[in-house]
Order: sequence, then C-alpha cells, then structure tokens
Amino acid sequence: MRSSPVASELLRIPDATHRYRKRRQFLDKMAEVLILCFASIAMAIILLIFVYVGREALPLFWETNDGANISSSFAPPVVWQPVSTNPRYNVIPLVLGTLKVTLIAMLFATPLALGAALYTSEFAPVRIREWIKPAIELLAGIPSVVMGFFALIVLASWLQAQLGLSFRLNALNAGIALALAIIPIIYTVSEDALNAVPQHYREASLALGASKVQTAVRVVFPAAMPGIGAAMILGFGRAIGETMIVLMASGGAAIVSLSPFDSTRTMSATIAAELGEVVFGGGHYRILFFIGSLLFVITSLLNWIGDRYNRRMRLKLFGAE
Amino acid sequence: MKAIDRSVVFLCGAATVLILVMLAVILGNITFHGVERLSAEFLTQPPRQGMTAGGIFPAIYGTVLLVLLMSIAAVPFGVIVAIYFAEYAKRESRFYRWTRMAVNNLAGVPSIVFGLFGLGFFVHGIGKALDQGIYDGRLMLGQPSILWAAMTMAVLTLPVVIITVEETMRAVPREYREASLALGATRLQTILRVVLPQSWSGVMTGAILAVSRGAGEVARVLFTGAAYFLPRLPTRANDQFMQLGYHIWVLATQSPDVEATKPILYSTVLVLLALTFLLNVTAMVIRKRMRTWAAR
Repeated sequence: MRSSPVASELLRIPDATHRYRKRRQFLDKMAEVLILCFASIAMAIILLIFVYVGREALPLFWETNDGANISSSFAPPVVWQPVSTNPRYNVIPLVLGTLKVTLIAMLFATPLALGAALYTSEFAPVRIREWIKPAIELLAGIPSVVMGFFALIVLASWLQAQLGLSFRLNALNAGIALALAIIPIIYTVSEDALNAVPQHYREASLALGASKVQTAVRVVFPAAMPGIGAAMILGFGRAIGETMIVLMASGGAAIVSLSPFDSTRTMSATIAAELGEVVFGGGHYRILFFIGSLLFVITSLLNWIGDRYNRRMRLKLFGAE
Repeated sequence: MKAIDRSVVFLCGAATVLILVMLAVILGNITFHGVERLSAEFLTQPPRQGMTAGGIFPAIYGTVLLVLLMSIAAVPFGVIVAIYFAEYAKRESRFYRWTRMAVNNLAGVPSIVFGLFGLGFFVHGIGKALDQGIYDGRLMLGQPSILWAAMTMAVLTLPVVIITVEETMRAVPREYREASLALGATRLQTILRVVLPQSWSGVMTGAILAVSRGAGEVARVLFTGAAYFLPRLPTRANDQFMQLGYHIWVLATQSPDVEATKPILYSTVLVLLALTFLLNVTAMVIRKRMRTWAAR
C-alpha cells in the first residue's frame, strides 16, 4: 500500500522542527559566548592601556638612560630640562604646574557650575530650564582645541589688557579656559544629583514653613552632597588630563612658581609637545610615558572615587543603587 | 521673600547667565570673524603659500575618512557590549560590576594617555608585529597612520556608544521581550528581531555623538598619524592624514606668520564648530524624540 504524502509529511515535521530547534539553541549559546567575549575585551582594554603605557616607562626602574631613571625624576635640582647637553628630568615642576592650573580652573568652575545647577533644578521656571540644559550641553560639545584657540587668540589678549600682565600666556588664562571645559561636567553631574533628591524631602521642608531658598540650601543641597562631591571630583579629573587647552594657552615654561600670572607647563602638555621629537626608546621617551602612567593612575583613582560617591548617594536616598 | 533669599536666587541666576554669556561670546566671536573667509573655494581647495592662502579640503577629507573608519570599528563593538549590559548581564555578578567599572573608567582616561596607548599598542605593538609577520620586517603598518589613529579614536568613543545604546535598549518595554519569547523565539532571535530594531535611534545617537567627539579631537591623533601638511590625500590604510582639529592646532601655534593665517584659522574653527554642533543637535533631537516615544 502506498503511504499518503500527507502522512509522511506529518511524520517528518517534528523531526525537522527538532533539528531546527537544536540549531537555534546552538546558535543562541554561541551568540551568548561571543557577546561575553566582547564584554571581556571591553574590560581588557583598560588593562591594555595601563600595560602598554606602563611598559614603555618600566625600564626606568632598573636602568639609567640618557641620565633618566626613576629617582632622577624626583631628585633635585628641581628642573625640567630635557633638551640640553646635561638633560634634567625632574617632573616636580610639571606636577606643580598641573596642580596650579587645575586649581585655578576649579576655583572658577565650581561656584559657577554649582550655582547654575542649583538655579536650574530649584529656582528656574520650567520653560527657562528647558533652554539652559541644552545650552550647557552645547558648551560641552565645543572641542577642546577650539577652546584652546579661543584662549590663545582672544582671552589672552583681553586678560593682558585688563590686568596689565607681563606675559600674555599664563596659568590664569589656561585656568579660565579649562574652567569653561569642565563647567558642563560639574553642572550635569550635580544637577542630576539635585534632581535625584526625592520630592517629599522638599515638601516636608516647605510644610514646616521653610522658604524655597531655605529648602534648597539646607535640605536639597546637603542631601545631594555626595553627588556634588562626585561632580567636583570628576571635573577635577578631567581638568588634570585635559591637554590641548593647556598646551595652547598656558605658555609652556616649566618653572616652579606659585604665581597664576607666570607661564606654566603641565604634565599632559609636556607629553603632547615633546613626544614628537624624542628618540624612540630613549630616556626622554620613557620619562614621557612615565608621566602618562602617572596621569592614568591619578585620573582612574579620581573616577573610581567619584563613582563611589555617586553610588553612596543613591544608596542613601533610595536604599538601592 | 527675605533679602537673603533673594540674593541667593540672584547669585545662582547670575552664575547661570555668566556661563551662557561666555558661551555666547565664544560662539559670537568665532562666527563673526569666521564667516569672512568662508567660501566654496575655502572648503574645496588645499592650503597654499605656507597655509596663508587656499582652503582646508584635505583636512575635511581626512576628518571624514577618520570618523568613518572609527565608526566602522566602534559602533558594532559598542552595540554588542551594550547588548551584554542590557540583555545578558546579571546585576549582582562580579563580571558585570568589573566590566561596568572598566567602561566608566575608559570614559575618564585623559585623551593624551589614549594617544600614548595608540602609539604603544597599535603602532609599536600590533603594527610592528604585523610587519614582522606579513611584510618580512618591511615598514608598512608599524608607523603612525590613519588606520591606527581611527582605532585609537574608536577605543575612546566606545563608552559613548555603549552607554547610549544600552539606555535605549533598556527603554524597550519588557512585554515586547516576553511576547517574543512566549511565541517560541530564542533569546538571540528576540534581541535581533525585537529589541535591536526598537533601539535604532539609540545606535544612531551613539554613532553621531561618537563622530562629533572624534572630529575635533587632537591629543589622540597627535602621535598616531595626523600630519602637518600633505600634498596628496590619504588613499591607503597606512597613509598619514590631515585633520580639522589638528589643522587648527598647527595654524594657531606653528604658523610662521600668525597675522596672515588668522582669517583662515578663524574660518577653520568655524567649520569644525559648525560640524560638531550640527552633529550634537541632531543627536539631541533624536534623543528627545526617543524619550517621548518611550514615555508614550
């Protein structure tokens, strides 16, 4: 007897479906493994950065190359003179220069950014608020080379004319330009923190008869304090590593001076200015990678602390991350 | 309202206004001086006479090529990592916490350190190794070039892509996934056919933001392949290239005659600024649309 095609079809389908399912499940498993691999690579990159930047600096610890080794970068005399017959690689003037410019930037940026954040989240009418936030996001979109250009060509001349300075390019000029670059970070993170404070905190305070300003300053601001701390730390980290602005606007003299009106050289600007001219694998080359490793470690630490603060605030306000 | 209250509000308002005024001064100054030299010829001609005449076409070309190469590397990679974060990751697992921390940290690494990494890893590491392996030690890839610059840039823009895409994927309602799984689709099918198509706006925004950051970035291409001046356009992966941000830096600091280059410098800055702003505003608009769509 001839079996009907319909019956055989009926018999075959479960088999095919089974194989199809098996194949799908296999593909599914493969995809998951692949995705995990990519996530691991993303994690590995940060290690690779540390390894490949650190690797070029590491020989400084056991050999002296063109008079450069690990102790020479901190030992007196405190001068950075990489290009001379008797080169001196003391990084302290660069560290001090970096700190000076960064502190000036923080001094300008913090009050402005926090004031603006408080205004946008607590006092401004909704319609104005919707304009302020995109505007400050635009400020964040200005490339740092453009900010450096502006400081170099326009701001420096204006400052010199206003204050009667002897040097056009100095730490103050770079600091102000740097402040403009970090204002958006401090503003965005602290505004987020202020917004995250639950509404009932405000309602409770207002119900007790506190004014809107008292509520903002004594209730909302303290509650958002860890987030605001995080904002300042993240801004600080960004300012330390910022390169093009200080390279163009700070003047670039590696001298030890506390005056904001002196020409200054920072760690990041030194790398940018000098790496193009050094001998591959030489002492100067290694010292520059050493400075890069220092920058990497410092900024990573600051980011990590900033993250912690942010998480702590969410824990405090919501009992969860 | 008491006087002290009013002065607090006034000070906070003044801080906001001061920031906005500074933004306006920067934009106004650059636009005012920049439009003078702007012309079709400026956008399509190479620089002439020691960069005191001509245009910036090679820099525009190099920038576009750079961000294209960068996106090809960064966007697919970023999307896959975002899929992990949004769909596969278990929040309490240690692996999730570490990858999350690594990606956050990546966003905060100074650009100059990325430049050093690009030189150490891509140029001297991978490039040199490939030269040894494939080209019998001839110098082909072991030198700064547009390929390595784009790769270095891709590593930097990765966090931007990951965070934006992940955000949109999380906004896709849970019911969509459940419906798809209930119909017998596997997890991978659900992600590829349901979640990802709903997240295209996020992928777009991520790519646009990455490109806008890549276009103006200088510190990262400083040692990995940008050139002061090139007589011809880059055609191969190991060619050097000119780039808008780098060109601005060169014009502003290395020019033999600052006054003569100033108009060109201003116009170049204006072009770069217009490009990044256009990209940023596009990203902002897409994002806003996406939010209203998700809230609906």
